[in-house]
Amino acid sequence: MFDIDKWQEILATIKKNKMRTFLTGFSVAWGIFMLMILLGSGNGLSNGVASNFMNDAVNAMWIWQGETTIPYEGMKTGRPIQFHNQDQEVVQKVSGVGASSGRYFMGNTRYSYLKESGEYTTITCQPELREVENLILNEGRFINQIDILQNRKVVVIGADIKTALFKDSVALGEYVNINMVPFKVVGICTEPGSTRNRNAYMPLSTAQMIFNGSNRLHNLALTINASTLEESQAIEEQIRTALGKQHKFDPKDEGAIGLYNKLENYIQTMKIFQAIKIFIWIIGIGTLIAGIVGVSNIMLIVVKERTKEIGIRKAIGASPSSVIGLILLESIMITTIAGYIGLVLGTGLMEMINYFMMQSAGPATDQSETIFLNPTVDINIAIYSTLLLIVAGAIAGYIPAKRAASIKPIVALRDE
Amino acid sequence: MIKLNNIHKSYVMGNNSLHVLKGIDLHIEQGDFVSIMGSSGSGKSTLLNILGMLDNYDNGTYHLSGNLISNMSETKAAKYRNDLVGFVFQSFNLISFKNAMENVALPLYYKGVPRKKRNQIALEYLEKLGLKDWANHMPNEMSGGQKQRVAIARALISNPKIILADEPTGALDTATSYEVMEILKQVNDSGITVIIVTHEHDIAAMTRQIIRLKDGRIHEIIRNGELKQFQKSYMKELETA
Ligand SMILES: Nc1ncnc2c1ncn2[C@@H]1O[C@H](COP(=O)(O)OP(=O)(O)OP(=O)(O)O)[C@@H](O)[C@H]1O
Ligand SMILES: [Mg+2]
Repeated sequence: MFDIDKWQEILATIKKNKMRTFLTGFSVAWGIFMLMILLGSGNGLSNGVASNFMNDAVNAMWIWQGETTIPYEGMKTGRPIQFHNQDQEVVQKVSGVGASSGRYFMGNTRYSYLKESGEYTTITCQPELREVENLILNEGRFINQIDILQNRKVVVIGADIKTALFKDSVALGEYVNINMVPFKVVGICTEPGSTRNRNAYMPLSTAQMIFNGSNRLHNLALTINASTLEESQAIEEQIRTALGKQHKFDPKDEGAIGLYNKLENYIQTMKIFQAIKIFIWIIGIGTLIAGIVGVSNIMLIVVKERTKEIGIRKAIGASPSSVIGLILLESIMITTIAGYIGLVLGTGLMEMINYFMMQSAGPATDQSETIFLNPTVDINIAIYSTLLLIVAGAIAGYIPAKRAASIKPIVALRDE
Repeated sequence: MIKLNNIHKSYVMGNNSLHVLKGIDLHIEQGDFVSIMGSSGSGKSTLLNILGMLDNYDNGTYHLSGNLISNMSETKAAKYRNDLVGFVFQSFNLISFKNAMENVALPLYYKGVPRKKRNQIALEYLEKLGLKDWANHMPNEMSGGQKQRVAIARALISNPKIILADEPTGALDTATSYEVMEILKQVNDSGITVIIVTHEHDIAAMTRQIIRLKDGRIHEIIRNGELKQFQKSYMKELETA
């Protein structure tokens, strides 16, 4: 119902009381502004942290060897645990384990190609590591199963190694010398969320054979299939038990093997953000309620001041519903317009922060560690907020409108 | 037209109850020009409010144009007021942020008449009352007499059957009062029932029937033929005062 007269009357009263209308609106605008800032920051923080988690598979798990700290079956503490190839098979058999890869560390390794050379980290692994660490292949392929079976002398080098050794020339298919042994470059990769790509990947079996690793492993990387904290903890426990049986240590021995369960951390962190979000909403809604109460109060004063006018209208033939409409509409109009201003300023500020962050971070944004990413508010939230504002305006105007409707027309006849 | 039968009205304030109207019987025909007189606090305004459906009565019956008026909903009362009654107040009661034309047009807004049309009608009424040039002026730019004429135009615009005026000349000087009474007389000549409350005998003497209230009852009704006699007693009252 678009009624020019009603709007004109509302505008006339608003114009007559500019300061009061401004103050009323300000409280609402401030409430929404703060809500948007808080929600935006919350989103930014949560997006940032979530994106850091995404650098590796969210369900990744790393296991490394340690020393026993609990006596077990008559053996003293301080006994070092050494992983071997069969440990990977043991772990792989645990239900809930997805992809897994053993890793053997070679320490610093010297890479050379023609006249260029440098020291880089060599990670020896199986094809599954790519899945665990979300490696991105820029060119070529990753280590595959045939490389492992045939102990092929192939290597996947990080993008930085490629640049250092090969400059602009083609690296794929060329041979690099690694500790004097020639390896064929089959792929060039980058790691998500890292600015340094100075790692190279080599088939585990080849490395063990050539660099005297026999069947030793240093480290296991795997993914697990769990959707809840409990599930992931159960898998973790099963792995400890299985390895404990293999190496004869107490499954409760936290020192015998090290274990990092990313999913557990992810779920816990997300829980914290959930809590922060709820907290933000509570604060935001609280601010908004303060605004609503403010509007309601001022509308009550407005109704009181306009008692006589409302009485006149009623004497002339205004029905109670038309009077209610008048007050409600004014309240909704102030709340919605002011709220919208707050909304636009709030989201505008967050967009601006986002824009400058993007500018300063440059195109490498998705390569760097960040705790603040895309601090903007969902368009849905903005739409819901608009609806919320209209409802808020209606709530704010309800009591004053009721009061106005109950004004007896005889007050118009009374002379003060 | 208006039939009051044993109307009672009390105001209740806490434990106290003030019995203001103690059984009013009154019959007013269509086209009558009536003034209500009486000392301050005798219940004149109370009676007029009941006639205008601005207030409820406690006991008795009130028929207006054949309809029994009792305990209606606010919405229905508003409709009746809008259709049947026009009000003129001592303090004009114009809406301060609306100009003369908009004030006059307001009753038509509540009747649902479109804006252009009702403003045009409002202009016609203002012209009739000699205020055409003042249509775009705000109330605070007008004199008391002009404001009261705007108020009368507003009362007339919805084509009411009755005009109720509570001390319409109370805030005006004598000359302006007579002008306003002249207008009300013309309104009455067009067939509309006019009922005014007044303290002034000369004003009352311009109507065709005077109802004197005393202690919540009708003390006397002075009709056309007796007005001369009323004027005599009015002189006497002036002397004793
Ligand atoms: N709303 C009200 N609540 C309580 N008492 C009222 C109310 N309105 C009027 N009265 C009382 O009722 C009595 C009659 O009031 P009313 O206004 O009808 O008198 P009046 O004849 O119009 O007087 P005046 O000539 O001074 O206008 C007065 O004593 C007044 O105090
Ligand atoms: Mg009075």
